[in-house]
Amino acid sequence: MPDTDSSIAGILPDFATPAAIRHRRWRHIKDVTTRYLMGVGGVSIIIAIVLIAFYLLYVVAPMFHPAGMERVSEYPVPGGGSGGTLFYSMEEQHEIGLRVTTGAQAIFFATSTGEIHEQASTVIAVPAAISASARGDPTQRMVALGLADGTVKLFQHNYSVSYPKDVRVIEPHIDYPWGEDPIPVDGGGVALAWISVQADEEKATIVAFSNDSRLHLVSLEKEESMLDGAVTLNRTESEIALDNKEVVNLKLDVEQRELYVADADGFISYFDITRKAEPRLIQRIKAVPDGIRITSLEFLSGGISILVGDSRGTITQWFPVRDRENNYTLENIRHFSDQQAAIGSIAPEYNRKGFLAAGADGSLGIYHTTAQRTVKLIQMDSNRLSAIAVAPRANAALIENSNGNLQFWHIDNEYPEISWRTIWGKVWYESRDRPEYIWQSSSASSDFEPKFSLTPLVFGTFKAAFYAMLFAVPLAIMGAIYTAYFMSARLRGVVKPTIEIMAALPTVILGFIAGLWFAPYVEHHLAGILLLLMLLPLAVVCTAWSWRQLPVRLRQRLPDGWEAAILIPVLIAAMAVSIWLGQLAELNLFGGNFPLWLNQVLGIDYDQRNSLIVGIAIGFAVIPAIFSISEDALFEVPRHLTTGSLALGATPWQTLARVVLLTASPGIFSAIMIGLGRAVGETMIVVMATGNTAIMDWNIFQGFRALSANIAVEMPESEVGSTHYRILFLAGLVLFMVTFVFNTLAEVIRHRLRTKYSNL
Amino acid sequence: MNTGIKSWFDSGEPWIWLNAGAVSLSVIMVTGLVVLIAVRGLGHFWPGAIAVFDYQEQDGSRTQIMGEFVDHEQIAKKRLGGSGMENIQGFISRFLIKTGNRDFTGLDFRWVEEASLAGLQYPEAVMLVERREWGNFYGYLRGIRDNGQDLSAGTDLWDTFQEYIRTSEVVFDQIRHIEKDRIGSTNYRMERLRLEERGLEIKGIPAPGQTSVIAAQRRQLQQEYDVLTVELARLYQILNKTSIVAMLADGREIEIPLARIVRAYRPNGMNLLQKTGFYFEKLWEFLADEPREANTEGGIFPAIFGTVMMVIIMAIIVTPFGVIAAIYLHEYAKQGPLTRLIRIAVNNLAGVPSIVYGVFGLGFFVYFLGGRIDQLFFPESLPAPTFGTPGLLWASLTLALLTVPVVIVATEEGLSRVPRTIREGSLALGATKFETLWLTVLPMTASAMMTGLILAVARAAGEVAPLMLVGVVKLAPSLPLDGNLPYLHLDRKFMHLGFHIYDVGFQSPNVEAARPLVYSTALLLVIIIIVLNLAAIRIRNRLREKYRAAEQH
Repeated sequence: MPDTDSSIAGILPDFATPAAIRHRRWRHIKDVTTRYLMGVGGVSIIIAIVLIAFYLLYVVAPMFHPAGMERVSEYPVPGGGSGGTLFYSMEEQHEIGLRVTTGAQAIFFATSTGEIHEQASTVIAVPAAISASARGDPTQRMVALGLADGTVKLFQHNYSVSYPKDVRVIEPHIDYPWGEDPIPVDGGGVALAWISVQADEEKATIVAFSNDSRLHLVSLEKEESMLDGAVTLNRTESEIALDNKEVVNLKLDVEQRELYVADADGFISYFDITRKAEPRLIQRIKAVPDGIRITSLEFLSGGISILVGDSRGTITQWFPVRDRENNYTLENIRHFSDQQAAIGSIAPEYNRKGFLAAGADGSLGIYHTTAQRTVKLIQMDSNRLSAIAVAPRANAALIENSNGNLQFWHIDNEYPEISWRTIWGKVWYESRDRPEYIWQSSSASSDFEPKFSLTPLVFGTFKAAFYAMLFAVPLAIMGAIYTAYFMSARLRGVVKPTIEIMAALPTVILGFIAGLWFAPYVEHHLAGILLLLMLLPLAVVCTAWSWRQLPVRLRQRLPDGWEAAILIPVLIAAMAVSIWLGQLAELNLFGGNFPLWLNQVLGIDYDQRNSLIVGIAIGFAVIPAIFSISEDALFEVPRHLTTGSLALGATPWQTLARVVLLTASPGIFSAIMIGLGRAVGETMIVVMATGNTAIMDWNIFQGFRALSANIAVEMPESEVGSTHYRILFLAGLVLFMVTFVFNTLAEVIRHRLRTKYSNL
Repeated sequence: MNTGIKSWFDSGEPWIWLNAGAVSLSVIMVTGLVVLIAVRGLGHFWPGAIAVFDYQEQDGSRTQIMGEFVDHEQIAKKRLGGSGMENIQGFISRFLIKTGNRDFTGLDFRWVEEASLAGLQYPEAVMLVERREWGNFYGYLRGIRDNGQDLSAGTDLWDTFQEYIRTSEVVFDQIRHIEKDRIGSTNYRMERLRLEERGLEIKGIPAPGQTSVIAAQRRQLQQEYDVLTVELARLYQILNKTSIVAMLADGREIEIPLARIVRAYRPNGMNLLQKTGFYFEKLWEFLADEPREANTEGGIFPAIFGTVMMVIIMAIIVTPFGVIAAIYLHEYAKQGPLTRLIRIAVNNLAGVPSIVYGVFGLGFFVYFLGGRIDQLFFPESLPAPTFGTPGLLWASLTLALLTVPVVIVATEEGLSRVPRTIREGSLALGATKFETLWLTVLPMTASAMMTGLILAVARAAGEVAPLMLVGVVKLAPSLPLDGNLPYLHLDRKFMHLGFHIYDVGFQSPNVEAARPLVYSTALLLVIIIIVLNLAAIRIRNRLREKYRAAEQH
């Protein structure tokens, strides 16, 4: 049939011209590119959700990385020959270390090489041999040498930092803020066996146990003369009586108010030395079991807790706890028993509640008390560690071993305070009287123990969601039932957009109205608001009954499905009546102030911005979501089911309750899940309409602090990369996962329902 | 009767009514809320009458009080507490009076008991002066001082006063123009020069030619700056030489510099027409002016502008992504596990709390991406961050991510309403899939996409929680769009209507005085969002009608 071919060719443009081919190829390219582009677009949605989850994880994860330690260098002890080591120390940047020897040498050296800083290193002039040594609070860099003639020499090691040509130069030097002369402690000139010292700008306290078994306390206070500015020292001294004369260690706290003395029987004596002339024994308590010796005693940073290391390798933490009568007693808070040999020395971190402990078998442990965590435990190659020191930022350590070598280690331990227990469990924080769930991320004081328990925040979140659902679920689902099944089409055309508008109202507006208008209103009309709960349903039922009593002729004027319209004026009237009645009741029954009455008579606390307010406001925000989804589920129940039921003689209500509701129940469940997801994540309303205090209490008249609000309030102030920042990300991750579960569940159920409907 | 009630209950009718009650209650709540905001928000601009009355204080002394009635309440006497009130029954009726004059009385507002109030009158001579500092002033005009000369002798003091305000307003506008626009621009260019110089330093030792050029430009800018400061000093001198003398309710006479006065009026003497005119003048000020007094007075223009800018940028980002994803889901993807997964992802994306987007935006966009961008492109301004700090771009991106599900869902709905026959017809005529999509399906879906976009915009305009983390501030020094190169400053922080409500309502030092303004702002936001939503609903309904018709043919 060549004829037909050519006739078609005559009508159509030539198929094989280069232009047509090019055109077709171009069309093909466009088609294929679009297909790939669209594929990328679709998959990018998955990528987005995965990215969010993974980025949150990526920020959170470092908190749970194990700590790392790395040996940078090892060299013979700097200035080795001249006697043993008293202690080591490092400055802020851990570039320069200090070794003080039994020969009273102060040797500054480069930590990475061991090279001695000749200019700054010096010999401290002492009139007699060194018989004891002590260091004040590490942040104050005060050192005391107890001498054989009963005196104490005080000096301070300081570091000045300068930046000539943008290069950091650190110059160490020794200062004598309390004078170069040794301070006499034991009048008889008896050698001092144990000393402890704390000193700040104005006052210094020295406690010394001399070889004749006497415990001396000397306090010096600088007083500046008003006239010529000359400084005089006020000296107070006293002697402390001891039950056991075999002292094995003693420590003075940084505030110079408390003294702990450990003795050979394993007891710790706890003294109040606030009044220096009259020290007072508060308690003498057995700190280790019989047969075990106390081998080290050290304060945790902040000077509240003491750490007791013993001969079996256990370290216990103690601090004074206040009881009901306001008496303080030492309590054993927690213990660490991961090391197996006597704890020779403990080096507390400078700013955190962590410490390093060296065992007699060459083991080294890094611990954190709040987290009750053994962060790292390593076994050194030598069998004894004679001295350890930790850098001020806890990122490096100096370790002297029994081979006469000094090792310099880097420590990577950014987040020791995080453990499952600190985030979710009860923790006994310093100065509290029992283990508690507390969220308190920051404070003004430097010896602050951060309290990162997410439990009260999660509790707050669910408290808000619970009260919100209590309010929203009945209203939304009943409304959906009526709208889907009974309401006239015309009214539906008004109600549905209204609910959509309700969904669109920004939560910041709901929060603002709730916090600034509704909360004070409820406080003034609390009785009336509570009365509403009873009066509103009553008003509805009464209206229904009266409506039924009306003559049929009148009733038929209004078509079916307009009940809701009739009820609007009725409900408004009922509200007014109930507020009025409430005010009357409040005046006559509750002494004019219902919240006060609640507090005084029932013992229920009332906050102006409380869970009731938040519940209603969040409820308002989630009603539309629950309403729309359940209304869809109800409306899409196949018609033949309902008509069948009605045809068999069931009333509309029976049909609804036994057929429609049952069929649509998965849809309603998924609506509630979605609503719950919204309520859990709601932020602005919670920020604005509660007091945001992290208390754990189901009382509807009190506030709470929710995860979301906590993030919104604290995130802008948290330092990037800090524990606080990462914990807030963890809070975000928790929110993400909770809503992820709810939403996925809802989506899966809804999908099943859709298949079910299409099969019916 | 009893059986009647029982059978009535069994029939389920009361339950139906109760369900109806739930609907009515929801409707009442929504309308009530909108009406509440509308009444409070709109009433704020109306010039209220200023009352003067004699008041007996608690201690028995009598004072003259001048101010506007703001609120009234009946309160149980016991609630007031205080001395001797504990056992008194009954209610007290009391009024909240806005007395203004914060600099003299310490407070803007006070409660007065109705029973102790006497001799209430509304004198026409009472004036209200809106000031740039210290809030409103209520009092009587006594005189005008110009350059130390007393002008009180003039025939019509009030008209002279108004004339002075008008001229000072002109001068003030000039000052503001110089301070904000010209000096701002000079400073901006100066900063650019500094960065340019620093950039050259980072790259290596700059050539002497380059440094001298920069130095020359800097000298020139400095000259411009000097000229401007001289001009500014002159204008300030003009402004500061005049002041008015006014009398407080208690008879004290005080002086207010004209420079501090925004406007003065005597509401008691105004007729309805004047009041209406005044109302619209205030309304305009609210919409078009900048805030004064820590955001508690003046207008909210920067917040409106910031919101609009953010929403526009967000819309530009979100539309293509949302539409492409929807088209993929509906037209290209094989309906299987992958599409189900994507749908679950979309639903999750829609359900993730907005604050989590904020956290993600801050961590990923601001610190991660922004930090990288700064290192690569803006090393000269480090350590001060350019994009490594919350700003307009990141806020828009975060909100785009947040609203993408809205666009997807709406577009998909539109796509599913296009009848199959149309696609098949097009394919049968030899069009490729892309051509079918581009030339037939998408044009028919345009209004659905529009719906999605409108809903996304409405959502973004009302969202606050994530913005608090990624770019919103209470007071932005400059708008993100101005006359300085490159005109659109995506790195700048901006103001936002929703955040403005939160900030002024809850963080402001004077919440009571700021409250009417918050209601007005809330009203504006509600109106914007309701209008957007109604538009979306209208478009969607029309679309449904259209396709219902198309399907029937």
